[in-house]
Amino acid sequence: MTGVRLSVHAGRDRDGLPEGFGSLELRTGDLLAVVGPTGSGKSRLLADIEWLSEGDSPSGRRVVLEGADAAALDRDEGTHHRVAQLSQSMQFTLDLDVGSFLALHARARGVSEDVVGRVVDAACSLCGESFGLTTHLSALSGGQSRALMIADTAVLAAAPVVLVDEVENAGVDRRRAVDLLVGSDKIVLMATHDPLLALLAPRRLVLARGGIRVVRERTAGEGALLEEFERLDARLSQVRERLRAGLGASDEI
Amino acid sequence: MENAFETLRLVTIAGPPTCGKTTVLRHVLGHLVQAGRRVGAVKLDCLVTDDAARYREAGVEHVAQGLSGGLCPDHFFAGNVPRLLSWGVERRLEFLFLESAGLCNRCSPHVRGALAVCVLDHLGGVGLPAKVGPMLRSADLVVATRGDLVSQAEREVFALEVRRHAPRARVVAVQGRTGQGTLELSRLVSTMAAPLPGEEPRLRFSMPSAVCSYCLGETRLGDERQIGNLKLLELPA
Repeated sequence: MTGVRLSVHAGRDRDGLPEGFGSLELRTGDLLAVVGPTGSGKSRLLADIEWLSEGDSPSGRRVVLEGADAAALDRDEGTHHRVAQLSQSMQFTLDLDVGSFLALHARARGVSEDVVGRVVDAACSLCGESFGLTTHLSALSGGQSRALMIADTAVLAAAPVVLVDEVENAGVDRRRAVDLLVGSDKIVLMATHDPLLALLAPRRLVLARGGIRVVRERTAGEGALLEEFERLDARLSQVRERLRAGLGASDEI
Repeated sequence: MENAFETLRLVTIAGPPTCGKTTVLRHVLGHLVQAGRRVGAVKLDCLVTDDAARYREAGVEHVAQGLSGGLCPDHFFAGNVPRLLSWGVERRLEFLFLESAGLCNRCSPHVRGALAVCVLDHLGGVGLPAKVGPMLRSADLVVATRGDLVSQAEREVFALEVRRHAPRARVVAVQGRTGQGTLELSRLVSTMAAPLPGEEPRLRFSMPSAVCSYCLGETRLGDERQIGNLKLLELPA
């Protein structure tokens, strides 16, 4: 995939005041965290990006996507193909098995059905219990469904921009999920309340009252904090696995 | 010849019951009112409705509603179109939205020359577009609701199925709860809806060639009551 460039030009917050940045340039491979309390405007920001707003949304932001992939599709039909949104939904509602569902999705995206096996492998690497092509969507657990959605977004959807809403809300390996999403040459914006995920992003957008208040770079001190959190997280994961496996939390390995 | 409908743009809204038609319409009405357009909205419902009040909440001055009661709701809808068009012209409306009750899938309220909108709920599943029939097949614009409750992948698979049954239609995903996508939908509606042509309006799809004993109020189910148009299903021997 060739690279794309996403620019977000500042609009106004809920009080009509200009946002605290001029414009924001994102390139393929960029990871941004979107933080702020509930109701601060994270969803509106993701919606503006999803629709590539032309100053016509309540925020007045302008979002421009440039690059080969963007030019190939027009705004009317192609929005979904350029921007993929990983919402907070935890369950599939379709009455299909995993294989048929992914084959249909591959067809909807115009990609070869060979991708189906790779999506399932990637999904199984994110959750504890693996599943196969013949597993029915409704039989997947919340974590398995979430893992399949993430893997589908990362592997099957060729969207150059991915919007992630609280990837932490599931029994999946969230660190690995982020690596999978970012590692596939995409621009990723991730709304999160999780400090580890927020610090994982080299830049973060801080929202308040419907506007982007400030764009912060991760400082060296925060980088050190991230390393500490990652060690802590690895330790937590270890104990989680031990408990899941029926072992004692403090048994020697 | 002078066009009797002047610059009135008619928009028909159809879709299965509880798919989110009124919620979607309320958002669209709100955006159009804010943009200073003269709009009217009418709900032609079946048994109960308070939708005129809901349109008014969106800032629409010209609202009406009615119940089909003992009539077939699709016939009720078709029978009221001419009066409603005159009503819209009298009020010099730019846009008149007629929302149907969301009925049996056999019929479609869509009118030639009007913008035909079909609203479908993502939660209806991939089998839904095949079941909905002419109100989808003859639509110009398909609005898929409750996209926030399903994954992106499901939305795309759903859109694929919708396009298979309505290949000419635009498909837009909106979230009635947050209003996401409705501003863009209102822009699409204003650009796609054209002033009605001057001639007598016509349905896009004909009503059933019915009239059987039950159309006339019969409730008894005996063989001897079965008069008029009768179709019996074929049973295995």
